[in-house]
Amino acid sequence: MTDASPLDRKTWMAMLAKAPAVRLAALLPDLPPHSVLRQPEIGAVMVRGRVGATGAAFNLGEMTVTRASVRLASGEAGHAWVQGRDKGHALRAAAIDALMQTDAANDLTSRVLKPLEAEAQAARASRADKAAGTKVDFFTLVRGEDK
Amino acid sequence: MYVAVKGGERAIDNAHQWLAEERRGDLSVPELTITQIREQMALAVNRVMAEGSLYDPDLAALAIKQARGDLIEAVFLIRAYRTTLPRLAASNPVDTGAMAVDRRISATFKDLPGGQVLGPTFDYTHRLLDFTLMAEGKTPDTPSPSGEEGRGEGESRVPHVTSFLNRDGLIEVAEPGDATPPDLTREPMELPADRTLRLQALTRGDEGFVLSMAYSTQRGYGRTHAFVGELRIGTVAVEVDIPELGFAVEIGEIELTECETVNQFKGSKTEPPQFTRGYGLVMGQSERKAIAMSLVDRALRWQELGEDFTGAPAQDEEFVLMHCDNIQATGFLEHIKLPHYVDFQAELELVRKLRAEAMALQEAAE
Repeated sequence: MTDASPLDRKTWMAMLAKAPAVRLAALLPDLPPHSVLRQPEIGAVMVRGRVGATGAAFNLGEMTVTRASVRLASGEAGHAWVQGRDKGHALRAAAIDALMQTDAANDLTSRVLKPLEAEAQAARASRADKAAGTKVDFFTLVRGEDK
Repeated sequence: MYVAVKGGERAIDNAHQWLAEERRGDLSVPELTITQIREQMALAVNRVMAEGSLYDPDLAALAIKQARGDLIEAVFLIRAYRTTLPRLAASNPVDTGAMAVDRRISATFKDLPGGQVLGPTFDYTHRLLDFTLMAEGKTPDTPSPSGEEGRGEGESRVPHVTSFLNRDGLIEVAEPGDATPPDLTREPMELPADRTLRLQALTRGDEGFVLSMAYSTQRGYGRTHAFVGELRIGTVAVEVDIPELGFAVEIGEIELTECETVNQFKGSKTEPPQFTRGYGLVMGQSERKAIAMSLVDRALRWQELGEDFTGAPAQDEEFVLMHCDNIQATGFLEHIKLPHYVDFQAELELVRKLRAEAMALQEAAE
């Protein structure tokens, strides 16, 4: 692990989960040799909110999620939990999670994770700009008693 | 009492065949795709996700297509599918303060820090039919003014309006808690329900029902003097503790609508005069529902705040919670169209007997 990625595992796992599955497949079409520790499984996660945004937790409703685990020929285990029902996405994310624990980490970071991050940031910025375009400054008209 | 009936198999098959044909409609018109529904009927998709209580836009779009646009039928399909999924985990509570907001407005503070952001709203439209859409007119790109700064990276937190009032102690505080909330999809709902259970029931409740309940409080049936302190729509990350790893990971993002009301409160035996709060949080862009939910949430809190019960329906927990679910309501309502032949035979005989007796009495009197 001499060639470690600057990203931590929590960060890259989130990036892999939130990436569009087609983009992930385009950036890394071929998976490394691996065995499947846990077949991709589709299930639900109960999403919780908080009363008044900061108070006690309550159950908001579920979302679909797919999880998978793989082991590389070199021994590293990779896990993925990704939103939605795309088994290919979960397997690929798990394989990349495993690869990120190997010497390939730095290369993967620049070839896969950085482009994903840039695209996600661009998408966020584009929405934020659109939102900023709808920002208003209300002003109070002269009221009777101000005369 | 129900009675088993046999037969009709061919009729049922033919009915379903015809249903599929009617669903498809005129074959000379192109068939709708799931992605078209997901992208262009997004608010219907949102409603099906919220009331189906499952966030998955593709599945909600499929359900809408299958249900021929009958949204309650689509919710039913989603609820049925949901029961087939293993529950893998519960998320950490989402942090709406870190929401990437598309819309954020306040009716109580015009100068709220961060500004009023209208977002893609129907407000201020003239509600005139736009015939250019019928002519498949192209919608213009959103003009993004140059020089107008969007959210920058790093300034990811958007403070809640209620936190400004909180500084002066003018509003009640929502104390954090980490107790595991009750789940009405696992345990039958028991009354009295605590606030967390009520919010779960309301957020998946029928939009029309919750809207009408909220409206009734505005018209005087359990009045709570609500202002929209803040309404925000945007995406939040969903984080789950992964047992294999021993830490939490963001597994995706969902769109939510959140509404916090600020309600006048003169104080009671137990509480000082201060503003109180109602809360609404709904999957997708569903602001009518979120506002309605926060009004009904507030109305249901009368006991906790030491207010009077005026007999208003929106204050009646049993009335609201037991009737807000459109799948339960549909199931019970529509079951009466199923065979009740034995029941009805008994009724028929009873009426005939009563009639004969009444006529005999009448004849005797004459």
